[in-house]
Amino acid sequence: MTTANITHSGPAAEKVVIPITGMTCAACQGRVQRTLQKTPGVVDAAVNLMMGNATVSYDPAAVTPDALIATIQKTGYGAELPPPDASAVDEQAARDRAQEEEFHELRTKAVVSGVAGAAAMVASMPLMAGDHAAGHAGIVADPFMRWAMQSLTPALRGAAPWLYAIPTGALSWALLAVTLGVMAWAGRHFYTRAWAAFRHHAADMNTLVAVGTGAAFLYSAVATAAPGLFRAAGLAPDVYYEAVVIIIALILTGNAFEARAKRQTSSALRALAALQPKTARVLRPTPDGGQAEVDLPVEAVRADDLVLVRPGERVPVDGEVVSGESAVDESMLTGESLPVAKKPGDRVIGGTINRTGAFRYRATTLGASSVLAQIVKLMRDAQGSRAPIQALADRISAVFVPVVLSIAIVTFTTWFVAAHVTGTPAGAALVRAFAAAVAVLIIACPCAMGLAVPTAVMVSTGKGAELGVLIKGGEALQRAGDVSTVVLDKTGTVTEGRPTVTDVVPAAGTVHASAAGRDALLALVASLESSSEHPLADAIVRHAKDQGYAVRAPEAFESHTGRGATGVVDGTALAVGNERLMADWVINVAPLRADAERLAGEGKTPMYVAVDGALAGVIAVADPIKETSREAVRRLRALGLDVVMLTGDNRRTAEAVARAAGIDRVVAEVLPDGKVAEVRRLQEQGRVVAMVGDGINDAPALAQADVGMAVGSGTDVAAEAADVVLMRGDLAGVARAVELSRRTMRTMKQNLFWAFVYNVVGIPVAAGVLYPAFGLLLSPILASAAMAFSSVSVVSNSLRLRQARVD
Amino acid sequence: MTAIDWLVIAAGASAVSWVLWYFFAAERVGAVATLAPASTGTSTGTSTGTSTGTSGSGAVQAQQATITVKGGYSPAVVRVKAGRPVRLAFDRQETSGCSEEVVFADFGIRRYLPAHEQTVVEVTPPVPGTYAFTCGMGMLRGKLVAE
Repeated sequence: MTTANITHSGPAAEKVVIPITGMTCAACQGRVQRTLQKTPGVVDAAVNLMMGNATVSYDPAAVTPDALIATIQKTGYGAELPPPDASAVDEQAARDRAQEEEFHELRTKAVVSGVAGAAAMVASMPLMAGDHAAGHAGIVADPFMRWAMQSLTPALRGAAPWLYAIPTGALSWALLAVTLGVMAWAGRHFYTRAWAAFRHHAADMNTLVAVGTGAAFLYSAVATAAPGLFRAAGLAPDVYYEAVVIIIALILTGNAFEARAKRQTSSALRALAALQPKTARVLRPTPDGGQAEVDLPVEAVRADDLVLVRPGERVPVDGEVVSGESAVDESMLTGESLPVAKKPGDRVIGGTINRTGAFRYRATTLGASSVLAQIVKLMRDAQGSRAPIQALADRISAVFVPVVLSIAIVTFTTWFVAAHVTGTPAGAALVRAFAAAVAVLIIACPCAMGLAVPTAVMVSTGKGAELGVLIKGGEALQRAGDVSTVVLDKTGTVTEGRPTVTDVVPAAGTVHASAAGRDALLALVASLESSSEHPLADAIVRHAKDQGYAVRAPEAFESHTGRGATGVVDGTALAVGNERLMADWVINVAPLRADAERLAGEGKTPMYVAVDGALAGVIAVADPIKETSREAVRRLRALGLDVVMLTGDNRRTAEAVARAAGIDRVVAEVLPDGKVAEVRRLQEQGRVVAMVGDGINDAPALAQADVGMAVGSGTDVAAEAADVVLMRGDLAGVARAVELSRRTMRTMKQNLFWAFVYNVVGIPVAAGVLYPAFGLLLSPILASAAMAFSSVSVVSNSLRLRQARVD
Repeated sequence: MTAIDWLVIAAGASAVSWVLWYFFAAERVGAVATLAPASTGTSTGTSTGTSTGTSGSGAVQAQQATITVKGGYSPAVVRVKAGRPVRLAFDRQETSGCSEEVVFADFGIRRYLPAHEQTVVEVTPPVPGTYAFTCGMGMLRGKLVAE
């Protein structure tokens, strides 16, 4: 789970976080908190002195955020509604700017040093030819340079004979000057950063580059300034300036590519942040008592403002349609490709695009609590989170550079001693040992390991958001790929979650058998159920009202959990519920049992009705399955997942719904707290469980599951208990989440494999383990090229996730 | 083997020992900031560049420390009281990509640190213990020691 600070907007209460200024002590905190808690309409208020804010749950029908702000201001403190999640957007913008500047700077330095490196290489040829008076007759330790010299020397001698006429000393000094210039300008940051890290007992990639190139430069500088010292010791005064410059150029090139690629990993977040329009057209009162359309910055829009939106415009802030109808493209937030019809009463989300009609709406959720701001923040937090798979890379990164420095020292020692013992002159042994140690330093790259997992998490969470699947962090992303069983809550997940009355079957031979009697029975039942909060009761009341029946308050009402309800309406004793309730009332349901079983077999929920102690009829309510559920279940099974449906409904109804959705395992008649037990039971069987629910009633089960997936409505980003939020509101997102997770895990493993293999293979080769058997040595120049592009290859591999087809 | 060979072996072994000692075992002198409870809302500077103190009057409300980010963390060890919020202002005085992020793995926090700016990270160590913070790649390291 991440620590994403997502506010939850349930149906009963809204939540807003209000920044407060001027609080200096615990007494201030207590004062503001008490005042808010006493404010009518406030459900709960918590003031945090540290954070300088108040988190207020309130009834939007009774109080507005503006009124809460006014209340705080009257207490003597400053308060204002938070802007859209400025921290996330600003942070991303700052990072983008830094990466852009870094890329341009690195590119310039890489190009200049590349040109200097090519010139240095050409100028080094005569020094390595060994026919100058100054010497340089020793072996050419760098295999790449040896190859270059052997292949280019004849051509170079023909094309630039003057180069070979320049005294060796002059050439060496010129190369020293050029190299020093490149090191001081283009490579300066390697040395300053390495030194800063060294002072903190830390070492990073800069340390390796600085030590490798620094050692090569110092060796060459001494050979240039005092070649006699070398000769006196039996050593050839070889110089490695060209290697230093080319290594710096190649690493800078790699860094520039890496900076550009890293920027692309957050492109989805950037695109989301850019959805927020800058202005809103708001109706504001005029001095003459009328109203005028005013274009305001979105930050100036207040709750309850009336906002106008024309076709083609973006919806500026979240709200509820008051008048007009339209189709709104919500694809950028929910992944839903078809425009969604909007009419009065429907919610609209800031950042979506109005396609067809014009409408007015009342602004509701603003600033950091808006859906877009929450998504941006959630994504930012998710992209910054760690996946457990990274732990190994972290452990290695932490010790990597000092260990590589040690390996380089061991390489040098081993090479020198081995060569010397086998009869190689001390000078040649030193040169060879030195080149191998530099190659070890230059090829080792901790960056690829460090980038392997975070870049995949960043790209994947962005891809998920495009598909309407919000994954709240690296851990959730990793776990989703391991899921073996998907548990689906029935109501609102497999089904529409809006049950409707389908059948009213009166008992034969009773007064309710006639049409009028049937209507009267339904009106009585609806009156009783008007005191219940159960979704089935709500369906009956809604149906009765739609039919024009009078729904009255019952004189008495009692709810029987898991059975039904009893009470008195107009002096008539009523019982509505299942067979167990009827048994409690000693009512024989035999005359209607066949009807009830038939209805249950059709996927409907039958409820017996008893009037004054006698069976009066059966009312059936059905919650149709979502159009997309069957296909989604098929895809889950195709992914090799077990699919289980969990419901409190009766077994026959549940089985009928499951049959219609293509689910063959059903756990029915589970009380709400039984869902947690059922998830736990599956986990104890060794299953990795994803629980899919609506995020409110199923919160405990979502939290218990290995991966909690909340089916949102496109406006409900909240679902704090969930690891994954399915914005499109259907089950297709579950398969998408699992598939995306599996692909991401595959990418992470590929990245880690190549990052590790590159170092595990590259370092020994650079150290010269292949030399005794195959005569193979790795050139420091080729090593620097490999180092530069190892990180680029890891980031590029992660970026492939953006093109992944996850339907 | 000649004396030169033995000399090279001895020098190599010494160098390896020194590298491992310096990066893993050496005492980080002067890098500890102790955040003692205070009864006033003032901040006090220390020689390590760390400001310590509390916000609020009366009871301790917030523990604060400024950590300079330049090739590492100064101070690299911050001592705090467990169970109380801690505000750590990371003052990044460089542009090195290696230090652009700070990660508190125990708290699930990864925060971007803009160059030449201070970025505040707030955590509350729930129980006494050592909570590591690192750079994005885990190579620069610091500790929050909750007592």
